[in-house]
Amino acid sequence: MADAESLIALNGIERTFYLGDSQVHALRNVNLTISRGEYIAVMGPSGSGKSTLLNLIGLLDRPDAGTYQLEGRDVTTLAPDEQAKVRSERIGFIFQSFHLVPRLTAAANIELPLTLAGMPAAERTKRVEQALKEYGLMDRAQHRPNELSGGQRQRVAIARATVQRPAVLLADEPTGNLDRVTGEEVVRLLEALNAQGMTLIVVTHDHALGARARRQIRMEDGGILSDVTRAPDQAT
Amino acid sequence: MKIIDTFRYASDAATGNPLRTSLLILAMSIGVAAVVILTALGDGARRYVVGEFSAIGTNLVIVLPGRSETRGFNPANLITNTPRDLTLNDASALLRLVGVERISPILVATTEVNASGKLREAMLLGTNADYILVRKQKLALGRFLTKGDLGHGAAEVVLGAAIRREIFGTENPLGKTVRVGDRRLRVIGVLSEGGQGMGMTTDELLIVPVATAQAMLNTNTLFRILVEARSREQIGEVKARVLKMLTQRHEGEEDVTVITQDAVLKTFDKILNVLTLGVAGIAAISLAVAGILVMNVMLVSVTQRTAEIGLLKALGATSASVRHLFMVEAVLLSLTGAVVGIALGYLGAAILRNFYPTFPAYPPLWAVLAGLGTALVSGLIFGVMPARRAAQLDPIQALSKR
Repeated sequence: MADAESLIALNGIERTFYLGDSQVHALRNVNLTISRGEYIAVMGPSGSGKSTLLNLIGLLDRPDAGTYQLEGRDVTTLAPDEQAKVRSERIGFIFQSFHLVPRLTAAANIELPLTLAGMPAAERTKRVEQALKEYGLMDRAQHRPNELSGGQRQRVAIARATVQRPAVLLADEPTGNLDRVTGEEVVRLLEALNAQGMTLIVVTHDHALGARARRQIRMEDGGILSDVTRAPDQAT
Repeated sequence: MKIIDTFRYASDAATGNPLRTSLLILAMSIGVAAVVILTALGDGARRYVVGEFSAIGTNLVIVLPGRSETRGFNPANLITNTPRDLTLNDASALLRLVGVERISPILVATTEVNASGKLREAMLLGTNADYILVRKQKLALGRFLTKGDLGHGAAEVVLGAAIRREIFGTENPLGKTVRVGDRRLRVIGVLSEGGQGMGMTTDELLIVPVATAQAMLNTNTLFRILVEARSREQIGEVKARVLKMLTQRHEGEEDVTVITQDAVLKTFDKILNVLTLGVAGIAAISLAVAGILVMNVMLVSVTQRTAEIGLLKALGATSASVRHLFMVEAVLLSLTGAVVGIALGYLGAAILRNFYPTFPAYPPLWAVLAGLGTALVSGLIFGVMPARRAAQLDPIQALSKR
C-alpha cells in the first residue's frame, strides 16, 4: 500500500481521549501519505485534532487503531524504547514555547539530543559547532536561554531539532510566540531546511503561514477536511 | 545515554537550583554528622574506659576482700559471714603459686604530707617493690622501693610528680625528708608525670613500703592484692589457684572476690559497644528523615521539571534514561550531603577532643562507612519513586505545560 517513495503512511488512524465520562474523538479514521521532502501545513480550529496528529507522527502518542509506517516500517507496534530511538534519529520537534532547558547554554541545548543518543563527546562537539555556525549562533553559544531573544531561542530550538539530521521536522506553531519579523525569519529558516530535502510539517492557526506550504491539510473534528497540493508552478 | 553524561546532566540539574540543593545537602549532612559525632562519643567512652583499665597493668588478677554478694540477703550471712581481711601473709602465699609472676599488695589511705613548711593532702599508697613493674609505671628520678621482706618497712617514700613540684619546686628532692602523718620519710624517687589508672592520677601519690603504711595506719589489712600471671593464657588458671589458696587460708570460706582485668575489660567493652550502637541507631533516624526529605524534594522537582522531562522524551530519551537522570541526581545529593556530613562530624569530634583532650572521641571507621552507606541507600530508595514518576510522565501533557 505504501510505495517506496512515501515517508509517512497513516492508515485508518483512530485516537480517542476520555475526559471523565465523555469521549473525545481526537482523530477519526485518518488516512494520510506523506512523501519525502514535502512541505505541509496542517490547519484547523482548536480541538480539530491537528496537534494529536502531530504527536502521533512524532511517536509521542499511540493510535488506538490503524497503522503508521515511517520509512516503510510499521512503528506503531514498536516497544517504547525503540520508539524513543526513532524519535532520536528520525524526528525533530519544534515547539511554540521553544522548550529550551533554562540552565543549559545554547550549545548544551543543541547538544542534548546527541547526548541522549549516547554519541561520543568529541563528535558531539564537532556537530554542535557546525550547527552553531549554520544557524549563525556562534557568538551566542555560551549564553543561557534567558539571555537570548525570542528569535535566537527558536533558532537554538531548530538547531537542536535538526542536529541529528532527522527525516521529518515537526513544528507546532513555531511562530506563535514571536513577533512578525522574527517569525518571518524563522519560517524562512524552516523553508530553507525543506529546500534541502527535509520533510517539514507545520501545525498552525496562522493562515498566512499555512498558505506558504505547498500542501495544505485542513482538519475538523478529528478528520481531514481537505488536502490540497498546489501545482509546483504556482509556487513563486 | 552515556554514564558520564548522565552524571553531568544530573549534577547540572542539581546545581541549577542552588537553594534547594544546599538545603537538601544540609539536611543530609546533619544526619550523617549526627551519626559520626554520636558514635565518636560512644566509641570514645569505650576507649577511655578500656584505656583506663589497661593502664592498671597487663595479665592482672585482682583480689578484693569480701565476697561480692549477688544472691541477695541470706540470714545465714548474719552468723557466719564475717569476711576475713587480706593480710600480708596472704600476699606472700600467693607469690608461691604456679603461674604467678609477681604480686603487689596495696593499701590506700588519704594523708597529709609536710615538708619545708608546706602542708598538702595526698593519697598514701602502701605497696612493694614489684608494684612499679606490675603497674608499668615509670620513674622520673631516683629509684623505687627497696626489694625485701614484705613485713619489713623502710622509712622511704616515692613522690608523685605533682607533690614533688608543689613541695620542692625545681629543687632536687632525693635524700630529703618529708613528714607524712606522724613519720619522717626519706624521699628516694619521683614518679614520672601523667601516670593514669583506675580514674586517678599517680601525680598525687605518696608510695611507701606496705609495712610502713600498715604501721602508720595501725592496721594489718590490705585493700587489694594485684597478682600478675606469667602470660595471658594463664590468667584463668591463676585466678582459680588464687581463689583456692585464699579459701584454704581462710578456713575454707570463700570470702574474697577475684576479678580478672580481662573480664572487666570485656564487660565494659561489650556494654559500651552496645551503647555506641544504640546512639548510632538514634542518629540513623535523622538519616532516614533526611532520606524522606530527599524524596519529597525530588518529587517536587519532577513536578517543576515536567516540561523538561517531556522535552527529553521528545528528543529521544528512553524512560530508562529519564529514570537514571533522576536517580543519579538523588544519589548525588545524598552522597554530597554524606561527605559534607562526615567532614562536619570529624570537625565536631576534633573540637570535642580539643576541649577534652583525655577523651579519645575518634569516629569509628564502621560508623563513617555506615553513615555513608545509609545516605547512599536512602538516596537510592527514596530516589526510586520520583524517578519512576518522571519516567512515566506522558510527554504530550508534559510538553503542553507552558
